[in-house]
Amino acid sequence: MTTETTTLHAQGASPHLGESLGREAWRRLKQNRAAMASLVLLTLIAVACLVGPWLTPWGLNEVDWTAFSAPPSLADGHYAGTDANGRDLLTRTLYGGQISLSVAVVATFVSLVIGVLYGAVAGYVGGRVDTLMMRFVDIMYSLPFMFMVILLMVVFGRHILLIYAAIGAVEWLDMSRIVRGQTLALKRREFVEAARALGVRGRTIVTRHLIPNTLGPVIVYVTLTVPKVILLESFLSFLGLGVQEPMTSWGVLISEGVDMMQGAPWLLLVPSTFLALTLFCLNFLGDGLRDALDPRTR
Amino acid sequence: MPHPLLELNRLRVDFALPHGRVTAIKDVSFSLQAGETLALVGESGSGKSVSATAILRLLPEMALPSGTIRWHGNQDEEDLLSVPYKRMRRIRGNEISMIFQEPMTSLNPLQRIGRQIREVLDKHTSLRGAAANARVIDLLEQVGIPDPHRRATSYPHELSGGQRQRVMIAMALACEPKLLIADEPTTALDVTVQAQILALLKELQQRYGMAILFITHDLGIVRHFADRVCVMRHGEVVESAPTQELFECPRHDYTRMLIDAEPHGSKPPVPSSAPVMLDAKDLRVRFALKKRLFRPNEVFEAVRGIDLTIRKGQTVGIVGESGSGKSTLGRALLRLLESSGDIRFEDTELTHLDSSQLRPLRARMQVVFQDPFGSLSPRLTVGEIVGEGLRVHYPELTRRQRTERVVQALEEVSLDPTMRQRYPHEFSGGQRQRIAIARALVLKPQFLLLDEPTSALDRSVQATVIELLRTLQQRHELTYLFISHDLAVVRALADTVLVMWEGRIVEQGETEALFREPREPYTRELMRAAFLDQAA
Amino acid sequence: MLLYVFKRLFQAIPTLLIVITLSFFLMHLAPGGPFDGERQLPAEIEANLLATYNLDQPVWKQYLIYLGNLLQGDFGPSFRYKDFTVTELIAEGFPVSLELGLWAIALALLLGIPLGIVAALRRNTGLDYVVMGTALAGVAIPNFVIAPLLALVFGVMLAWLPVGGWNDGHWRNMVLPVVALSIQQIAYIARMTRASMIEVLGSHFIRTARAKGLSEREVIWHHALRPSLLPVVSYLGPAIAGIITGSVVIEQIFGIPGIGRYFVQAALNRDYTLVMGTVVFYGMLIVLLNLIVDLIYSVLDPQIRYDD
Repeated sequence: MTTETTTLHAQGASPHLGESLGREAWRRLKQNRAAMASLVLLTLIAVACLVGPWLTPWGLNEVDWTAFSAPPSLADGHYAGTDANGRDLLTRTLYGGQISLSVAVVATFVSLVIGVLYGAVAGYVGGRVDTLMMRFVDIMYSLPFMFMVILLMVVFGRHILLIYAAIGAVEWLDMSRIVRGQTLALKRREFVEAARALGVRGRTIVTRHLIPNTLGPVIVYVTLTVPKVILLESFLSFLGLGVQEPMTSWGVLISEGVDMMQGAPWLLLVPSTFLALTLFCLNFLGDGLRDALDPRTR
Repeated sequence: MPHPLLELNRLRVDFALPHGRVTAIKDVSFSLQAGETLALVGESGSGKSVSATAILRLLPEMALPSGTIRWHGNQDEEDLLSVPYKRMRRIRGNEISMIFQEPMTSLNPLQRIGRQIREVLDKHTSLRGAAANARVIDLLEQVGIPDPHRRATSYPHELSGGQRQRVMIAMALACEPKLLIADEPTTALDVTVQAQILALLKELQQRYGMAILFITHDLGIVRHFADRVCVMRHGEVVESAPTQELFECPRHDYTRMLIDAEPHGSKPPVPSSAPVMLDAKDLRVRFALKKRLFRPNEVFEAVRGIDLTIRKGQTVGIVGESGSGKSTLGRALLRLLESSGDIRFEDTELTHLDSSQLRPLRARMQVVFQDPFGSLSPRLTVGEIVGEGLRVHYPELTRRQRTERVVQALEEVSLDPTMRQRYPHEFSGGQRQRIAIARALVLKPQFLLLDEPTSALDRSVQATVIELLRTLQQRHELTYLFISHDLAVVRALADTVLVMWEGRIVEQGETEALFREPREPYTRELMRAAFLDQAA
Repeated sequence: MLLYVFKRLFQAIPTLLIVITLSFFLMHLAPGGPFDGERQLPAEIEANLLATYNLDQPVWKQYLIYLGNLLQGDFGPSFRYKDFTVTELIAEGFPVSLELGLWAIALALLLGIPLGIVAALRRNTGLDYVVMGTALAGVAIPNFVIAPLLALVFGVMLAWLPVGGWNDGHWRNMVLPVVALSIQQIAYIARMTRASMIEVLGSHFIRTARAKGLSEREVIWHHALRPSLLPVVSYLGPAIAGIITGSVVIEQIFGIPGIGRYFVQAALNRDYTLVMGTVVFYGMLIVLLNLIVDLIYSVLDPQIRYDD
């Protein structure tokens, strides 16, 4: 049954000759409308956050003395209203998006570098080194991490660089496990053995045969890490333990919005919508990527 | 002639896949008398499993069957494709039962096997309580499970593959069905276990007088097991005849080709004066079973002191069942695994060389693995895969020269060299195996380790790969070490055979002599099982 | 089994030691003492205070003293709530947090699992899309957004339920925080149950069960359900950690007097001993709960053996 169903897939799949697995995955992803829509929307949000604050009629900390807690209005250029201090909410939200997204990119990158290196070394070297390294990860796993991060913020003050580092240092654990698992599985695959039998050097085996083949799961995991990181940053900021004035981020804005939600609900709704939409799209994209790269459909 | 028990008439199954409809079987008709054994034979993708699974309507939801499946069980004739679902449930496991290819995964891993057997009794019989339990024990006894009282409380993972298949059989027989559908029931098992399971099925068939529909790709089993045979290809029955007739005068070309594809031929031995190519003394390989941080590892010795000499031009076959250490031995000889003992390759001592000292030698000894799906790097093109060895050993070659040699190697294994821009996943199993051979061949080695290179392939494809290996050996004066669990293939290809069991060589000798007159009891058992001489 | 429990408890010691040590030394690296920022204290009083809290001792000695006190269940005095010890504060807040957390976990399981199963059984139908779309939204929208929205809608606009407060755990006060706390976990569990159910339904032993003549209901209840729930059980560990973390904001938003709220207040006020005590307490709790989860798993899956 199993063999026959797979052959059916093989027969049924329209052959695109000379196509690498990566391009095939991309083609499959393009057929996934939800994922593609998410990708487009994410790009739009990112572009809006990057250039938006320059285009809005109001500056980040510019106070409009005629409009405190003013509701959204097209007439006065406060398209999303103003906060209690008369500052333009749209400008602040887009600017906050810059911070949130920058945390997402930098912290994910930090976790990626640590996780991939750690996992690849543990998996490739194997033996006692692996056992020791993975036991360390196990111990780290059982730490109440969120609280350690908060502890860090309490102790060292709320600097943005610290947020990058702290969140990155928390999120690498899953990545290292995934990469290690992949490396271990690949190491036992016969094509790696064949490469060794050809006399290919260890370094070349890692760069040419191992790393390219771990890319798929790593990419999927990165798309799933980004929303986690954004969430973590907003969480800290919401509690008042993240970025500080004059900087702002979605978490900070949401927290301010909660205080004002009875009188000025837009203060809660606008940043919440941006945050939720971004997370929603990233999750959709991650799901889509996983389906596109899933070897079982191959 | 009485009513046939089962009659398939123009059965067709389409699959509604996301990107369109695919026809799995086009036109399958055959019938089966009570008590008869009918074999459904075909290669992968022929639709034999789909046909068998369609009988009990166990196909996935996306399957759309049409035609008729007439069943003449207790009462009037009925069409299994159109009987109500409720009636179908009364038939399943009661009038018709089924066993599958995958003994390791076909039982519920979270339930004791006694309970899984009892479930059938609860469903279809009036046996309850102690009587039902007694029947479970009785069934386990009948299928040859030792200590059935204890085993009934075991979980599947505590049983071997052969035992699990026995449990499946016990479950299938619980209600004494009129028909047993066996879908490749022995394919995942070692030959000696396979022989035992087949003997058990034969015995139980006689006791219960049931009919068996036996699905297999293995003509050897068919010959000894079936009364009649249906040959399938591309979703159609191409020929159907009584077993003896089919083997003696096959009418259809495809049947003839299948029968011819059974490995045949032999290789004359090499004179004992031929120079020694590879020589090993007291070779041992140990694995750490449980890695522990502060205590010594628990160790398993997979290869236990093997002496071995391979002369130039020889094909040495190593046979053995899974876990015999044959693949480990092969890898250790090429220094792909750490081992103790001495290994000489031509005039070089390999044992103490490190990987950079070994590198120049690697061009002269190459390897082809079993798994045509796992042995090619999925993200490299065929050209890059075949050319990789050249990069390592002939870095001075220009890109053009390298391409020339890759093209040459691909032509040598009868692959279209223009395909070198493609990726491995675009090729069939047989083609991939040719790519793997080309990768080894491009370095012009003298010695090739062939680790089950044909085991994952259909017989007809297998035959062409064997032919290719023969031709290449003659053309390039290659020396082969051929590892396989398939005695028929080894007999056709090797001039010397070593039989391995639990990490040791139990017997060795020239192929013909050893196959004709095995001396050791284990070898004899293995042969008997493989060729089903007395088992059936 | 009992041996395994002891072994796991033993293995938890280094983890806890790391938590304690890390937090202790982090706290002592912090610039500024606990009494900075308030109005300038006379030198004498400050020295007195330092002596009371052993802050005049060398750091390693303070560490040992702290460890020794911990062993006796003494987390030290709170720097801010001067009349209370940390142990007292935790003992006061924990029952509230525990009740909230238990309800949230229960709700997550009671809703998440059935939703996942229904979606799996009706997969690729409208119902499946609706459930899974909602679940994806539940995963994506953080609880600190959902909580105020719930409060706004049900507390302010509809005025069905109180916006905040605990009221000694009256059910009306509990509904909104429990829902807010569990929504994300409901979504995760539903997605996970659906995925594993679909995978199990495609496995060979389910085909065997059908071939025995079992009805689809029997196949699902007797054969598919338990294996599909195994991944959910192993997710319980992270789920509990998520709920504990989430309770910090939820308690803050709804003004619930649990340890989460103390923790945030303490973090904002640099109440070192209270922050540290809470972190250590959470550490112990998570280790303990993970052990319980593993034990439940071992009961459900006979393939796991603990003889090693």
